[in-house]
Amino acid sequence: MTVEESENETILDRGVSYEDVRGRLFLAVCVAASFFGIAMLALLLWDVIATTYSAIFEFGVNPRDFLTQTSSRNVEKAGFYSAIVGSLWLMVIVSVIAFFVGVGTAVYLEEYAPDNRWTRLFEANLANLAGVPSVVYGLLVLGVVVNGAGIGPILLAGAVALALLIVPIIIVSSIEALRAVPDSVRQGSAAAGATKWQTIRNVVLPAAMPGIMTGTILALARAIGETAPLIMVGALFITTRTPGPFDRFGAMPTEIYTWAAQPERQFIAMAGFGILVLLVVLFSMQGLAVYVRRRYEVEFGE
Amino acid sequence: MSTGTGSDPAGITRDVSKEDQKRDRQVKYVLLGCAGVTVATTVAIFLVLFDNASGYFFENRLHEIVLGASVEQVITFTEFFTGTRWAPDHSTPAHGILPIVWGTLTITVGAAFISIPIGTATALYVSEYSSGRVRAYLKPSLEVLAGIPTIVYGYFAISVVTPFILSPVGEVVGLSFGRRSMAAGAFVVGVMTIPMVASISEDAMNSVPYDLRNGAYALGATKFDVSTKVVLPAAVSGIFASYILAVSRAIGETMAVALAAGMTARITLNPSEQIMTMTTYMVNMARGESAVGTVEYQSLFAVGLVLFLMTLAMNLLNDRLKQRFREEYQ
Repeated sequence: MTVEESENETILDRGVSYEDVRGRLFLAVCVAASFFGIAMLALLLWDVIATTYSAIFEFGVNPRDFLTQTSSRNVEKAGFYSAIVGSLWLMVIVSVIAFFVGVGTAVYLEEYAPDNRWTRLFEANLANLAGVPSVVYGLLVLGVVVNGAGIGPILLAGAVALALLIVPIIIVSSIEALRAVPDSVRQGSAAAGATKWQTIRNVVLPAAMPGIMTGTILALARAIGETAPLIMVGALFITTRTPGPFDRFGAMPTEIYTWAAQPERQFIAMAGFGILVLLVVLFSMQGLAVYVRRRYEVEFGE
Repeated sequence: MSTGTGSDPAGITRDVSKEDQKRDRQVKYVLLGCAGVTVATTVAIFLVLFDNASGYFFENRLHEIVLGASVEQVITFTEFFTGTRWAPDHSTPAHGILPIVWGTLTITVGAAFISIPIGTATALYVSEYSSGRVRAYLKPSLEVLAGIPTIVYGYFAISVVTPFILSPVGEVVGLSFGRRSMAAGAFVVGVMTIPMVASISEDAMNSVPYDLRNGAYALGATKFDVSTKVVLPAAVSGIFASYILAVSRAIGETMAVALAAGMTARITLNPSEQIMTMTTYMVNMARGESAVGTVEYQSLFAVGLVLFLMTLAMNLLNDRLKQRFREEYQ
């Protein structure tokens, strides 16, 4: 085949060349790969719903009992209520600690910190903290808070572990939100005679708050699904009492782990039901985060 | 300059009342304190891990040794790093960490075989081929996948992956899969790290300048050529950064492998057998509520230290790669 002929072929009748086949094959592989992840997600969600269905209709788990009974070794008496309460308490305490520390650090870094070697070292440290496995945070709190300070394996200790885990995430998203507030806004406030803190409190933080809230809610959603740090501080605890901040506790993910590791099929089905509850909570939080971003985000025209 | 602050050399805020200025300084210290928490966390991780791990290898913990306690080694480093049996809580204890390091490595490598090709291909598709509409569905789905708790993936492994994917494949190749196996653990860890590889690689591909692509097209390159011979090499350090991050995540992954991969510490290459990772050992031992000061309790910290140093090395490598990528294009 001469050069001329091959050019005619590709330009005029677009016959199937080797390059065409290769290109299409490659595209097909890429499309298949992209939908592999989605297929897995669909399979996972379908399985959770199917298991919940079988828990209710095959094993006769009454949804109302499931949501109002407390933790138990007896499969007929076991419910999710104490785990839900444990997770709610965790969420409240974690959000208070992590929001204060995270946003405070972000404001310091973005508004006060000088641009020097120490600040850059600090930022590198932050990136590395975000990569520390969650189980290590559990180990840290086990060593320092549970046994070091001697408060024991109580809910507060679990909350500290989860808060430390998500502080780096909140800092990063808050910094982004603060950066989106243009300097002209700060200068305007300063020109009106406000001190630096007055500017931050009355001008910068309100403008950045939608972004900060979105980041914080997403980080909380991450915390609420974390299991390993809670197990490290001793959360695999079966009790008929609903926990308060100073009690031994279990939470939604630890209860799911306990059930899923049991041999009885009914416990495994209940783990599926528990996962459905956990996912509904998570997706609601993620939806709320998106809503806050869309509804309240302030656009600064340049 | 009695009234001006460092950031206000012109003294514009001189009219501001003394109380406001005092409040300004106080707030700055409170915020600095917040920032100190993250530094304290890092320092505390190092101290706690080394202190308790020293109690495992030596008779006394590090701070006790510093305060003058005797240094008597009970578990040699040779046994720890080269022994092939791991059973610190057994009646005839053995302290060779290799079996659980092996467990972690098999999961990590197995997961990488799934997440790296699929994640990279997904990134290429999203960045180079897909239309805006497909992208608008694909990216949020991947975000949802990334936001699913790892305990759910563990459940997914025993409830779907093993019975409906691994067992049929196992019958064909002659392996029989039990409820937990190395392959099941690696599979779900691979799936959960796909979004990480895909989104970071895609960012890297997106920041390759369009001039490079257009230059190649002008020379007669096909889309395939541009994707594989221009975009991939140009984004390579960013793509590698995503691989490192996925590997680091797989090393530290806990709940999915604790449920899916099993609890038997052994060195094996058979994917249908149970293995135990370092993280699985940790959650199992903490479950037993081992008493403070026992060898089981101290072993948690020794294993945790090895785990932490492995992920730290990965994170530092990742920082380095990201910096290089930034220098290249941004």
